[in-house]
Amino acid sequence: MDKILEVKDLHVDFDTYNGVVHAIRGVSFHLNAGETLAIVGESGSGKSITVRSILQLLAKNGTISKGEVLYHGDDLLQKTDKEMDKLRGNKISMIFQDPMTSLDPTMTIGKQVAEPLLIHNNVSKKDALKRAEEVLRLVGIPNPKARMNDYPHQFSGGQRQRIVIAIAIVDYPEILIADEPTTALDVTVQAQIIDLLKELQQKIGTSIIFITHDLGVVAGIADRVAVMYAGRLVEFGSVNDIFYNPQHPYTWGLLDSMPTLDTNESDRLNSIPGTPPNLLNPPKGDAFAPRNAYAMEIDEEQQPPFFKVSKHHYAATWLLHPNAPKVTPPASILNRYEKFKKLGGNVK
Amino acid sequence: MADERQVIVSVKNLKQYFNIGKPNMVKAVDDVSFDIYKGETFGLVGESGSGKSTTGRSIIRLYNPTDGHIYFNGQDISKIKSHGSKMKEFRREMQMIFQDPYASLNPRMKVKDIIAEGLDVHHLVKNDDERDKRVRELLDMVNLNPEHMTRYPYEFSGGQRQRIGIARALAVDPQFIIADEPISALDVSIQAQVVNLMQDIQKKQGLTYLFIAHDLSMVKYISDRIAVMYRGKIVELADSDEIYNNPLHPYTQSLLSAIPVPDPEIETKRTRIDFDHKRPFEDDQRLQEVLPGHFLYCNDEKAASFKNNK
Amino acid sequence: MEQIPQIPKEKFRLIHDENNKDQEKIGTPSLTYMQDVRRRLFKDKVAVVCLALISIIVVISILAPIIAPHNPNAQQVTMSNLPPKLGNLNIPGMNGYQNMGGHMVDAYKQADAPKGTFYILGTDYLGRDLLSRIIYGTRLSLVVAVLATLVDLLIGVPYGIVSGWKGGKTDTFMQRIVEIVSSIPNLIVVILMMIILKPGLTSIVIAIAITGWVTMARLVRAQTFQLKEQEYILAARTLGEPSMKIATKHLIPNLSSTIIIQTMFTIPNAIFFEAFLSFIGIGIPAPNASLGTLLSDGQKAFRFLPYQMWAPAIILSVIMIATNLLGDGLRDAFDPQSSEN
Repeated sequence: MDKILEVKDLHVDFDTYNGVVHAIRGVSFHLNAGETLAIVGESGSGKSITVRSILQLLAKNGTISKGEVLYHGDDLLQKTDKEMDKLRGNKISMIFQDPMTSLDPTMTIGKQVAEPLLIHNNVSKKDALKRAEEVLRLVGIPNPKARMNDYPHQFSGGQRQRIVIAIAIVDYPEILIADEPTTALDVTVQAQIIDLLKELQQKIGTSIIFITHDLGVVAGIADRVAVMYAGRLVEFGSVNDIFYNPQHPYTWGLLDSMPTLDTNESDRLNSIPGTPPNLLNPPKGDAFAPRNAYAMEIDEEQQPPFFKVSKHHYAATWLLHPNAPKVTPPASILNRYEKFKKLGGNVK
Repeated sequence: MADERQVIVSVKNLKQYFNIGKPNMVKAVDDVSFDIYKGETFGLVGESGSGKSTTGRSIIRLYNPTDGHIYFNGQDISKIKSHGSKMKEFRREMQMIFQDPYASLNPRMKVKDIIAEGLDVHHLVKNDDERDKRVRELLDMVNLNPEHMTRYPYEFSGGQRQRIGIARALAVDPQFIIADEPISALDVSIQAQVVNLMQDIQKKQGLTYLFIAHDLSMVKYISDRIAVMYRGKIVELADSDEIYNNPLHPYTQSLLSAIPVPDPEIETKRTRIDFDHKRPFEDDQRLQEVLPGHFLYCNDEKAASFKNNK
Repeated sequence: MEQIPQIPKEKFRLIHDENNKDQEKIGTPSLTYMQDVRRRLFKDKVAVVCLALISIIVVISILAPIIAPHNPNAQQVTMSNLPPKLGNLNIPGMNGYQNMGGHMVDAYKQADAPKGTFYILGTDYLGRDLLSRIIYGTRLSLVVAVLATLVDLLIGVPYGIVSGWKGGKTDTFMQRIVEIVSSIPNLIVVILMMIILKPGLTSIVIAIAITGWVTMARLVRAQTFQLKEQEYILAARTLGEPSMKIATKHLIPNLSSTIIIQTMFTIPNAIFFEAFLSFIGIGIPAPNASLGTLLSDGQKAFRFLPYQMWAPAIILSVIMIATNLLGDGLRDAFDPQSSEN
């Protein structure tokens, strides 16, 4: 498989009134051609900042202090603003959370969808509008020809998100970055949008980076998953690795705190106690240690490196060190391990 | 069987319209009736615009209902005056937990003053020492560090703020709490904290909850009974297991089919059921009991078919 | 990833403590909102300079009777139109010399001024000390500013809150009144006022009172509309908090930034309005000084005696610019997001 995008040891700092916030503290991952990579994490974990750094869309007080973003081997961080403008919305495009603020209320949707074509490609206005109509049909806007001249407020929330997607894919980008695109939507609309993204991926072969905090959504859309906590990745692997053979206690906690439809009211939900650390002074050791029921002395002293679980599955927890004691994960995780065995996986 | 339980809140034909008589009139809640039993958690589920939050706000009288009755412990509270003594009494009995942990706390007030607001309004404490003592108790009850009572809301995380909101509601010792999407703005790992806390407090104090949400998996977990709302009407109401195992209304079915499950195998096999939004209601339909304890919005013919099947 | 670090076994002891409440601890120092605003304001150098300038001007005008070297209205015709002179220091432009028919002449000597007599900013055509007149004129301008602010706070703020809070028909009715009032040019109000009252401070203040509160009322109303849907206000209502208490406890503290910022724009407007009226001769009557009358007098002799207009013009400009810039600084300090985009 081709790595079309590779992020290496990314560090991002934000200068605030209270001091420097180390929002991203060494993140590395890659994206293969044609796949969907989901980055999962809670608010403040740095998942949005990570993908915004790829396109250099950080707020004014944010700086990328270290790292590389290789797009086909080219470091995007060395590119000028002008060169980046050529990539943005063309080769790499982005969808944001709120469909209400992503669209210009004073412009017809036909023009908005056609705009990236007019900026990046030498096409006539007529051709661009024709293409816009095709794409609107592709994303499931009924009767696109007639609706091209409508304004954003004439569409429902779900339709607006479809239009936002249409703008993002009108130039058939190689990479589509979706930053919580369904969080603001109702569940039924969310399901439709996810189906749409999957369908589009098959039709136009885009690679997708999907940012979300909802593990349910991840299970439905991702090929590979990276879990983020406090500005670092803690575990990554294929979707089956993460859901059926999770190794990091934080991943356990996330999976365990969601009720499934079989959870009874008498069962108590397992929550992760406490709150994420303040990244003004990141902890010396494992950032998750204070909330971790399986924390060890070493966790407070030294950040765990990535341990290999299987070929493409890594987790950053000292529990995987050969000297670590054997611990029993929560019951619901053990059930997941059972399922992993059934699927032919090898549980440690 | 239902009759053995004591009804605490009874909503009868509640209507809540806005902009009455204008072209942009909205029937946010349109003829809704249901009972909530003492000690239970009643889940109210719906998507945006279904009127679920409006229903909650009408019950707690943030709005003046357009029509219908709301009985609280047998007393009709739908018409009591906004500033009378009866209203003041009622305000102690029923409380609300809000959705947005960032907007629900006054940014200019200290945590202790936020929590003590109800104590001050109803003169429940005699002096400052007693007030501080009560605030400490409440903070302890929601697992927050009482040392932080002089801090300001922005210093707390979302989950912590939500617990401050819960402490504020508990300060006046209510019997009934309306939780308006209390966890939808929180992170997954924090949601469980808040839900567990709400359940612990319910057990300890014998509270009754009206839990409003769009997150069906959490509602199923926390609720005893669930009502599904759609465009201002309740389309289905039953025990939570019954709703999940035997949904009868196509809208409920569509809603259930859309819940994402954190399990890739289930997700890849899932088929979505689409609901036709064009003609949701017919004139001859109403909410009626089609199976014991299971209510469905349908016409008489359909209802009869369920009875005959039995 | 590749190499597994060698770490002794005893480091892998499980240390989790079930009852550890430290997870909920907040480490950062506690800052109130106002402390935070102050910190941001003091980081803005322009705003700090403006604040200092305004403070100095305010202190000088309060202490005018002590500081002013002469009686501002005392005429001394023999000493008329003397240029600035600062002691016996020979600073060009401040040495009492003035251009007369192409020659620099010591005006003080010509006027037979007793030795040791000097006027720092010179005198006007009636021999009144210009510095003293400017100090008193500024004082008067600030009085107008304070009264205009009071009107804003006492009429504009409550009006806006009531209109926004009540909403519905009350709001519609109150907004119609606002529209009517704001459609009357205040110059007309002043002129009408003068038919009934004599020109002077009273009629200026009444004119400002009639029309000046409208902007504040509108801003406060719009903000109240937003605030009243905030969940903390709803929470206060469900707790049974009476409306008056909600206004004082929740609305006003959260409106304070809007109110303070708007005040910073009301002040220069009022000062300018007064100066303008006095300049065109329907403001403060003679012999009292205001920045407007000083400008008007100075303007008549500007070509020959430019200092008579420069001094009041500079002071007026400084006050206007400083309050405006301070207003901007305050807005950034209260609402850091608004300035970033």
